[in-house]
Amino acid sequence: MSAVAELATDTVTITQRNLKKILRVPDVLVFTLISPIMFVLLFAFVFGGAIGDQGGVGYREFLIAGIFAQTVVFGSTFTGFSLAEDLQKGIVDRFRSLPMSPGAVVFGRTLADVGINVLSLVVMALTGLLVGWRIRTSVLEAAAGFLVLLVFAYAISWVMAYVGLLVRTPEVVNNASFIVIFPLTFSANTFVPIETLPGPLRVFAEWNPVSSVTQAARELFGNTAPGAPEPEGWALQHPVLYTLLWAAVIVAVFAPLAVRQYQRAASR
Amino acid sequence: MATAIRAQGLRKRYGSEVTALDGLDLEVEEGTVMGLLGPNGAGKTTTVRVLTTLLRPDEGTAEVAGIDVLAEPQRLRRSIGVSGQYAAVDEHLTARENLDMVGRLYHLGRDRSRQRASDLLTRFDLDEAADRQVKGFSGGMRRRLDLAGALVAEPPVLFLDEPTTGLDPRGRAGMWDVIEDLVAGGTTLLLTTQYLEEADRLADRIAVIDHGRVIALGTADELKSQVGGERVEVVVAHAADLDRAAAQARTLGPAEPVLDRRDGRVTVPVDGGAQALVVLLRLLDQEGIEVSDVGLRRPTLDDVFMRLTGRPAEDAAPTAEEPETSESAATTEEVA
Ligand SMILES: Nc1ncnc2c1ncn2[C@@H]1O[C@H](COP(=O)(O)OP(=O)(O)OP(=O)(O)O)[C@@H](O)[C@H]1O
Ligand SMILES: [Mg+2]
Repeated sequence: MSAVAELATDTVTITQRNLKKILRVPDVLVFTLISPIMFVLLFAFVFGGAIGDQGGVGYREFLIAGIFAQTVVFGSTFTGFSLAEDLQKGIVDRFRSLPMSPGAVVFGRTLADVGINVLSLVVMALTGLLVGWRIRTSVLEAAAGFLVLLVFAYAISWVMAYVGLLVRTPEVVNNASFIVIFPLTFSANTFVPIETLPGPLRVFAEWNPVSSVTQAARELFGNTAPGAPEPEGWALQHPVLYTLLWAAVIVAVFAPLAVRQYQRAASR
Repeated sequence: MATAIRAQGLRKRYGSEVTALDGLDLEVEEGTVMGLLGPNGAGKTTTVRVLTTLLRPDEGTAEVAGIDVLAEPQRLRRSIGVSGQYAAVDEHLTARENLDMVGRLYHLGRDRSRQRASDLLTRFDLDEAADRQVKGFSGGMRRRLDLAGALVAEPPVLFLDEPTTGLDPRGRAGMWDVIEDLVAGGTTLLLTTQYLEEADRLADRIAVIDHGRVIALGTADELKSQVGGERVEVVVAHAADLDRAAAQARTLGPAEPVLDRRDGRVTVPVDGGAQALVVLLRLLDQEGIEVSDVGLRRPTLDDVFMRLTGRPAEDAAPTAEEPETSESAATTEEVA
């Protein structure tokens, strides 16, 4: 078998293994489904009432894309958590003694975790629809919106894969990711209009890829106000392109790092 | 015969404090079983991890199945099977799924992976539990599943790190049968164990390791004869007879008998084996000393282990080779 074919078959094997586990560990699944529901409801009812219309679009409608973005980015933590857990439980020693493709364990992990994000997007979308969120574009555009969210989350999950293999302790992965992801998803246009942010934070938010992925989803769902002014900065004017560029760069940097770290981490 | 495993000058340090391997050399002939013995922390697991590509040594070379371990780890992995000291099984898969996954990752293909999985489940007595998730397995069941994992691809060289630790007597006997079958089929095996009895039974040659190097090497018999010859052991029926019995035992040869007053036991190293035993019994009989137990004791691997690694504190009494003398040291004395 060629190296590529090996990587592909082994990745399939590992992905299947990971998906089985996701389905068989009820607490992971339950939290995967409950926390997005909670987020949508909480934001919709706590903030949704306090903050008025955003240029003709209800705040709830404005919020949903932001919640989607934050949730799928947080979802990537699971990638790092699971890899650290595999290391800790020793199954990685088994993998490493087998003639399998070295990239397959990390590839199989990130792929399986797309499944988690698909699931939480479905749940959030349904909850969103219940509380008044609407898609105001075509099916195709909406699908593209979900796709951009998934692609971006997939890229972040490579970052988390690297982190998980670096720190080797599942709990630490959770805390570390919280410290990074929480501020990152808040210093953006996720929950408030970017114009309301003070100077430097606003510049940061304009170039923050979390803003662009949110903006991309918002536009593709038709949740921006019809007469709203063009957002400032190239990034938010081309949110889909800017997001995909980020995703490509992140994967290009972190995929090799993570695979190398996998080979090292296990060989201590 | 070709050499299946060759390690030269392996060195591995952890930080500046711990030297796990300190210039370890090892050779295992094809189709034979090498037993690694050694106290906790001796470097057994580290040796296995280096030879199975899981750990890079700081220095040294290693060759397994004719393949350079450090230069071509990926190629080597096709030719080895490993079961580490701690079971590396997936909790959330069933036993069958675990083995099937390993088969696929060895690239055996779907049908053969399935076939191997069900063969091995039967062989390791896991048929009943085959389709249950491993998280509900007992320690011994996990252990057996992990061992089965090492055999999936029928590799020519096998590394088992404490394969029977945690197994019940039936599981252990079953494991020994499996291992003996494999070796009969030509598999080379490197085995570490805490059970000397196991090394005695399974290993063609034994390497005793301590502080990261091999301190003794040979067949079980060779190692035992290094420690010393046979001893006659007599337990007197009446404690009052002990000194008289010891005096008789002294007449057997140059060696000093060792007394255990608590148990009323006299132990004396002899040359003549069974003949010396007969002589001593006749002498005791003539003296009218009643005997409640008698035996000819050969050194065990326990004795070898204790002597070589000096672990128990009886170094002070070098003629007392029996492990239990360390506990009864207070009541043991040499006959003047
Ligand atoms: N990852 C590690 N980090 C630091 N020290 C280590 C590490 N792994 C092993 N050691 C040290 O290396 C030495 C050899 O360990 P090893 O596990 O090879 O011993 P062992 O002979 O298998 O012992 P046991 O019978 O307890 O399994 C020990 O002193 C151990 O503490
Ligand atoms: Mg060990």
